[in-house]
Amino acid sequence: MAHKNIKKNVLFLSSLSILFLLPSFLFAQASSCIACHKELEEELLQPVEAFPLDIHNQVGLGCESCHGGNPREEDIDLAKDQTFRGKPERKDIPKFCASCHADVNYMKSFNPSIRVDQLSLYWTSWHGQLLKKGDQKVAVCTDCHAVHGIQKGTHPKSWTFPWNIPETCGRCHSDKEHMAGYKISTTQEAEYRESVHAHALFDKKDLSAPVCNDCHGNHGAVPPEVTSIAQVCRQCHLSPGKLFSDSPHKRAFDEMEISECEACHGNHRIDPPTDEMLGTGEKGVCAQCHDEGSQAFQVASQMREMILDLSGKIEKAEDLLSRAFQKGVEVSDPRYQLNEVNTLLVMIRDLTHGLSLESIEEKVKEADQKAAGVISQGEEALREARRRRTGLVITLIFIFLLAIGLFLKIRRKTKK
Amino acid sequence: MRNFLKNIFSYLDSRFKLSELAELAGKKKVPVHKHSLWYYFGGICLFLFVIQVITGILLLLYYTPSVDSAYESVHFIISQVKFGWLIRSVHSWSANILIGAIFVHMFSTFFLKAYRQPRELTWISGFFLLLVFLAFGFSGYLLPWNKLSFFATRVGTDIVGTLPWIGEKVKHFILGGSNVSGATLPRFFWFHVAVLPAVTAVILGIHLVLVQILGMSKPVGLKESEVREISFFPDFILKDSLGWILILALIGVLCVFFPWEVGEKADPFASTPLDIKPEWYFLFMFTTLKLVPAHVLFLEGEMLAILGFMIGGLVWMLIPVLDRNVSREKRSPAFSLFGLLVLLYIIVLTALSYLHLKL
Amino acid sequence: MKRRNFINFLFGGGLIGTIVTFLYPVIRYIIPPGQSQSRIGQVEAAKMGELAPNSSKIFKFGDVPGILINTKEGELIAFSAVCTHLACTVHYEEETETILCPCHNGRFDLSGKVISGPPPAPLEAYNVEVSGEDIIVSKKA
Repeated sequence: MAHKNIKKNVLFLSSLSILFLLPSFLFAQASSCIACHKELEEELLQPVEAFPLDIHNQVGLGCESCHGGNPREEDIDLAKDQTFRGKPERKDIPKFCASCHADVNYMKSFNPSIRVDQLSLYWTSWHGQLLKKGDQKVAVCTDCHAVHGIQKGTHPKSWTFPWNIPETCGRCHSDKEHMAGYKISTTQEAEYRESVHAHALFDKKDLSAPVCNDCHGNHGAVPPEVTSIAQVCRQCHLSPGKLFSDSPHKRAFDEMEISECEACHGNHRIDPPTDEMLGTGEKGVCAQCHDEGSQAFQVASQMREMILDLSGKIEKAEDLLSRAFQKGVEVSDPRYQLNEVNTLLVMIRDLTHGLSLESIEEKVKEADQKAAGVISQGEEALREARRRRTGLVITLIFIFLLAIGLFLKIRRKTKK
Repeated sequence: MRNFLKNIFSYLDSRFKLSELAELAGKKKVPVHKHSLWYYFGGICLFLFVIQVITGILLLLYYTPSVDSAYESVHFIISQVKFGWLIRSVHSWSANILIGAIFVHMFSTFFLKAYRQPRELTWISGFFLLLVFLAFGFSGYLLPWNKLSFFATRVGTDIVGTLPWIGEKVKHFILGGSNVSGATLPRFFWFHVAVLPAVTAVILGIHLVLVQILGMSKPVGLKESEVREISFFPDFILKDSLGWILILALIGVLCVFFPWEVGEKADPFASTPLDIKPEWYFLFMFTTLKLVPAHVLFLEGEMLAILGFMIGGLVWMLIPVLDRNVSREKRSPAFSLFGLLVLLYIIVLTALSYLHLKL
Repeated sequence: MKRRNFINFLFGGGLIGTIVTFLYPVIRYIIPPGQSQSRIGQVEAAKMGELAPNSSKIFKFGDVPGILINTKEGELIAFSAVCTHLACTVHYEEETETILCPCHNGRFDLSGKVISGPPPAPLEAYNVEVSGEDIIVSKKA
């Protein structure tokens, strides 16, 4: 009988203890890495704070996926077992990341279409080549992608999201101290931020605007070849690119090995083009190559004159219309037509890349005609505004006559 | 010529009893004293209303109350129709001046205590006219279907929706749906050109008949020596018309130098502009709602403020009943003070809305 | 007496003058204006037969340009011609049967959808109806 009782007791006690110990098992499932590092400070605490947002965490990976070790072991020596890799040396970081990211079969299980050539591209880049030679100041994966809190490139907080890229590259490239010893300038980021592309990106939130990696490449980043820049520009600026390719400039630029678009429009600080760039004035880009009195010079001056003349007509029309509008006359029809003239002006400015005076003259004629129509409508609108005021004055005269007549009549009556 | 006119008059007289009316009219007197200037404002309101009816009927010729064409039809009126710009601007300016005149008329009759016995019904019918004309303004504002009017209507009807129990139902009825939509425009048009004019005809008729029967009220405690009288017809009418003529001139100047804009066509899918405001005559209520805290005890602040306005309106309407002293021809400074506070409240809150404070 | 006549003259003349300056605009207003009220949310974009297959026409739609395309198969379609990128006016490219924006090479297919380039949104499509000889374009409900 006692046997049975003891058996019962043992069963009871062991199930009770399992019940109590179960929670501790569950706790033991959580990462010991996080449990320990949570209690530490600064550099050693940062991974714990940043990791919840990390893309690697979100796909189910943990500290041990990169750093090795056994997160289920509480004891630090047991946790840092033989698989433990710890913090990689700076020069080893590319290989460290590539141990997964260059493994096609492994990466396919997370995203079938993700690229796996980043490391091989990296070795072709300036950064990669200098790293091979032992220069540890150059960028490695973590300098651009951050570490522990890495976001997907499509996430607005990611260091590689389009509008964060200038800052990411600039972290080194704008730092004079860091870049001392390399023979390149540190003004690119600042220059870029003044450009029309930066305004489109930061002010208009136009994510299609180019940033550093669009011209320089990202993993395989090098200063772009002369021919490759023009191809990059042509991806969006197809029309001027085609016109340029069909013009005499193309062969000349290729022979002289001048980069096409950059020669006139600059590279980092690309300003919105102005009519002053055309021709031979102070800001004229044609004078860079063409001497005064040459035929090219003449053509440039003629184009410039036609465009400035048209611009002036548009300004005059705009002035007339806004004055009429201010005076209360409805001008939406001529405004629409003026819009058409402006569109023609954009096309004409585009045509300058083709260097064909005839095609420009044709379009200018069309635009001039339309502009003249708008101007005459604007003048008519101002005449209408004048007519209204005259009508008002006449009416007011009669009203005042009537008012005076009334007033006098009233005075007579009150005097009576 | 004189004989001809005399013949016409006697023909009409035997049928319309005109000479009896003329005798009655001739007997009517209007008091003249230091405050009698305010008497003209009632007639000014009437005059401006007539202008609204005439210009409204003219606009009706070319306006179409459908979301596909309302904006375009207003654009058509001011650009293609001869003097369309003038008719439209007169209608818009007069609307605003009319509401201003109504407020002046209301407060002047309040402070002169014209609401006292036997003119209580004149005051109450006048109060309803105030509501009717505010409704005219609110419904008319949407009709051009531009961005400003669309959002002002949305914001305004949202406020109605916050009333307890009946709010949503009333809002649904007004809008013809749950939002400002293609069903709302024809409905507001219906209110503006049919329902409200009919209601006005009745209430205004009562109001005018009462004024004619009871004559002009004199301020309390005025001494006999301070008052003299003039005949209503033709003396007072002549003075009235002088005021009307000058207002006409003012409207003309406003229309030529500050013509009313067409604005941009409403886009129901755009987001509400940050600084959207209703028309100026609703601003004091609108700003009150912005200033009121989100919750007062367990009640929603906005709802409380709206209920406050409704109760305030009710009190205002019942002033003739509440003011016992004045019904006995005694002074009632407490009520004058009350009116002054109301007036100050309206002025201060309207001014505040223009200061662009971060409310 | 003279004074009285003068006052009456002033009054009468002012009254008649005022009435005339008020009646004149009203009468001109109610006389039908030359151009009929065409902007009832729809526009006559072109006449039948004006456009050959695989060609297009830019027309005024309210305040903004629209594009009417007669496709190769003879179907008439219309869109807003305002590019959704930076508001340049688009045009129809016959070789590729797509709609191209010349400013930054944005490209739309014949349902208005963006197929390449920077535009962030499709072109607004319009309704096309043929009424006798006229091709009427109107906004979709």
